[in-house]
Amino acid sequence: MLKHTNYLTKVYGVKDGHTLAVYEREAQGYQAAKKVLTSMTREQVVDEAKKANIRGRGGAGFPMGVKWSFMRPHATKPAYLVLNADEGEPGTHKDRTLMEENPHSVIEGCIIGCYGIGAHVAYIYVRDELHLSKARLEAAIEEARAKGYLGKTPFGKAYPVDVHVHTGAGAYICGEETSLLNSLEGRRGEPRLKPPFPAQVGAFGCPTTVNNLETIGIVPSAFLMGCEEFSKLSALHAINDGGVRLYGVNGHVKKPCVVELAVGPTLRELVYDVGGGVLGDKPLWAIIPGGSSTPVLRADELVHAPDEKSPLHEYHGKSILDVPLGVDTARGLGTMLGTCCITVMAEGTSPVAAMQNLMQFYRHESCGQCTPCREGSGWLVRICDKLMAGTATMAELDTLHSVANNIMGNTICAFGEGTAMPALGFLKKFRKDFEAYVRDSQAGKRATLVVEGESFLPPSANAGAQAAE
Amino acid sequence: MPFELSPDREKKLTDLLGRYPTKMAACIPLLHLCQEQNGWVSEDVVAFVSERLELPPAHVQGVVTFYSLFNQKPVGKHQLWVCRTLPCALRGAGELLHYCEHKLGIHAGETTADGKITLRTAECLASCGTAPMIQVDKTYHENLTPEKVDKILDDLRR
Repeated sequence: MLKHTNYLTKVYGVKDGHTLAVYEREAQGYQAAKKVLTSMTREQVVDEAKKANIRGRGGAGFPMGVKWSFMRPHATKPAYLVLNADEGEPGTHKDRTLMEENPHSVIEGCIIGCYGIGAHVAYIYVRDELHLSKARLEAAIEEARAKGYLGKTPFGKAYPVDVHVHTGAGAYICGEETSLLNSLEGRRGEPRLKPPFPAQVGAFGCPTTVNNLETIGIVPSAFLMGCEEFSKLSALHAINDGGVRLYGVNGHVKKPCVVELAVGPTLRELVYDVGGGVLGDKPLWAIIPGGSSTPVLRADELVHAPDEKSPLHEYHGKSILDVPLGVDTARGLGTMLGTCCITVMAEGTSPVAAMQNLMQFYRHESCGQCTPCREGSGWLVRICDKLMAGTATMAELDTLHSVANNIMGNTICAFGEGTAMPALGFLKKFRKDFEAYVRDSQAGKRATLVVEGESFLPPSANAGAQAAE
Repeated sequence: MPFELSPDREKKLTDLLGRYPTKMAACIPLLHLCQEQNGWVSEDVVAFVSERLELPPAHVQGVVTFYSLFNQKPVGKHQLWVCRTLPCALRGAGELLHYCEHKLGIHAGETTADGKITLRTAECLASCGTAPMIQVDKTYHENLTPEKVDKILDDLRR
């Protein structure tokens, strides 16, 4: 059910909403951190955090409180909190709004998070391209230091906390947590083998918790209202998917946007109520639910959950568009909630061109460390290219399948799955279209990704450009 | 001539080194500082970073070649990135790129003859809700129309 909230977004669009003064005035800023540091023990913080049922906002959906509980004090080594703000998953545009419009929620979350996991330093890893985000975070850190909220004795408590912004240099893979840690340490951003997990051996060889930026950003709101109460805001509280989160809508919709909603809106609500409907009032064709690595869903799919124990059983036989979206319900649909930013595609969009575009992305961004991913992503692109050029064979469709299947599970990090899953998703859901591109060598020439009349160039200019070619 | 940082950037480097438990961690931020000053990462820059951070040159070179934002050769005065990934492509990024190529008379990856503008494609720049978009140096230009692009290019050519 669609329930708009404004815990994170209250200061969005407010004049100087990114400043400490407005954050304190409008959003009870730093009250949660003060409450936590002056009245709670570390153990209490972790126990309380678990009750919030905050599922990681970076894509995997791991419960934040449980992750915090993995941190054990080490005899000699310090601990670190690292925030992942390397927002780069195609279709994901939510963390940027938080950094630009409400950076103080992140800094306050860092104070609570550091205290909870026993760290004194937090690093926020921001992709380099987001210059305004970095500037806003740096300014927020300076303001918080000047007020004494960061430093040796925040809120009078002898528990030093400091926060630093660290930048990447253009590599999608650095959104993978161990790759991010390598990058933070000044190395090439190649993922590490796990175990050991970051909670044992993380940044600089020390116990580390890596959380998505939005995950930490929502922490102050949860602690301010009480974590259990916060969890109950969600329509999926009963299946441990709590609170509110940022939802993004992009692609072929009339009003692309980022909004804050209680967890559990349906895809239909996101496309039509939040996104204003499909461009050109075209029929809805397909949705990528949470960043390009999450398998695509067809708009005409029905829920298949005959098992009474399935969380989706009550929706069995109904449209997938009417299922409340959460980490586990999305999994039940055979896809993933991912980053909660949906990419909408209208009827007429070419599935082959869409897959080709995404495979080009994965080939470009594969770090090259594991053979199946490095070579496989190239194979996937080349066959997509042949399909678009009208020179592919039916046997090559099977090659697409086997290459993708051979990437799955055979790489150090989840990037391999992130490449193979969307490839297999497109192939499985649109097999007939792919076969049509083999049979009709001209199909690729007619393929389009845009909605006519709703694109960058006006329709007349397009006609002219095609004639010129 | 050996590379040296300007005094204000030297100050930034001192600040950077105070943030991390190791010198190596300053590698990427320092390379950014150097590139900001020099325009690209030359052999002299690699030598400088390796000496200041006490790292083998091969380590620094390895970092430079891993990350796409470090220029391994000189580039134009301004850099223009057109996001090409699916969410932008659904809103006309392909047309936008052709439009820029046509207007500038170069292909993606090339620099205009006057050395002013390098045109490139970028992978997803987290601007999917405001597509199509272009990043010019450090600034995002979003929800683009041909008129807006004309103005951006005119301003850059001045």
